[in-house]
Amino acid sequence: MTTALLDALPNIPRDKDGPVFREPWEAQAFAMTVALHAKGLFTWAEWADALAYHIKTTETKSACDSGVDYYSHWLSALEQLVIAKHAATPEGLHTLQAAWDRAARATPHGQPIELANDPSPAYTIS
Amino acid sequence: MAHSHDDDHNHDHDHGSELSEAALRVRALETILTQKGYINPAALDAIIETYETKIGPRNGARVVAKAWTDPAYKIRLMRDATSAIAELGYSGRQGEHMRVVENTPELHNLVVCTLCSCYPWPVLGLPPVWYKSTPYRSRAVIDPRGVLKDFGVILPETMKIRVWDSTAEMRYLVLPMRPEGTEHLSENALADLVTRDSMIGTGLPLTKGHAR
Repeated sequence: MTTALLDALPNIPRDKDGPVFREPWEAQAFAMTVALHAKGLFTWAEWADALAYHIKTTETKSACDSGVDYYSHWLSALEQLVIAKHAATPEGLHTLQAAWDRAARATPHGQPIELANDPSPAYTIS
Repeated sequence: MAHSHDDDHNHDHDHGSELSEAALRVRALETILTQKGYINPAALDAIIETYETKIGPRNGARVVAKAWTDPAYKIRLMRDATSAIAELGYSGRQGEHMRVVENTPELHNLVVCTLCSCYPWPVLGLPPVWYKSTPYRSRAVIDPRGVLKDFGVILPETMKIRVWDSTAEMRYLVLPMRPEGTEHLSENALADLVTRDSMIGTGLPLTKGHAR
């Protein structure tokens, strides 16, 4: 990840070494975006635009944004871009979120949460 | 639930798990994109690993440096770590409790989560890959002195080692001993000496002159 790529993004939380995260899912969302860009699903400019657009449109609706929700914006923008690129559908994502939720609840704390733990698997990947 | 491996090994790992909405959405994306061949989970881990060393430990380092320089803060920290850490603006979203365990010349503390990878995210950020690894999780309890040796930490035989097993409800942060010869350093300069590993117990603070 070069500095130039990070510079293209609106106000990404970072220190002198690179981006900083507060929770694991933020780093996962970041890494997924980097990997999809490397795979060529979108250009970095497309991604920067998608993120900036999402931040701009949601910030006009809610009065303030202190940067706390940066990766919430990031995740929403990534979902939208992935859907726009036909790499996933809203229905597919929704179904899998529910499946992961059931899997988590069925997993005793201390064991890895795996999708296979979903007690009622009802999803298919097309 | 506080407990250590000095006594018997009880664990509070027996209820279902819960993921935040954001974590569920990330997992759903990852699953679909993996199954469709757009991403490879191993490659994601490699990307994350690149950043793990700088994800977060500055928060914990500030807590430690303040405890070293402000005796009243240290008392609050040892009595109620969750509140004392929140004073500095760092708190978890899941309401987990923090407990700070203090290293002394007689006692060294080591933190592990034997069954998964419970970790004090708000103060230390993402856990290093080794923290989540089976060898660390299993050996930390059985052979803490050997594990520390692997990390290059050789403690006097007379120093006792206590291993703290984290749970979803209780996370531990080690308060390392303030290095000698640092009496005149400012709180900020001291924070630079506090490494992530020194707050897990697998390392010691840097000594003066080695500040990053």
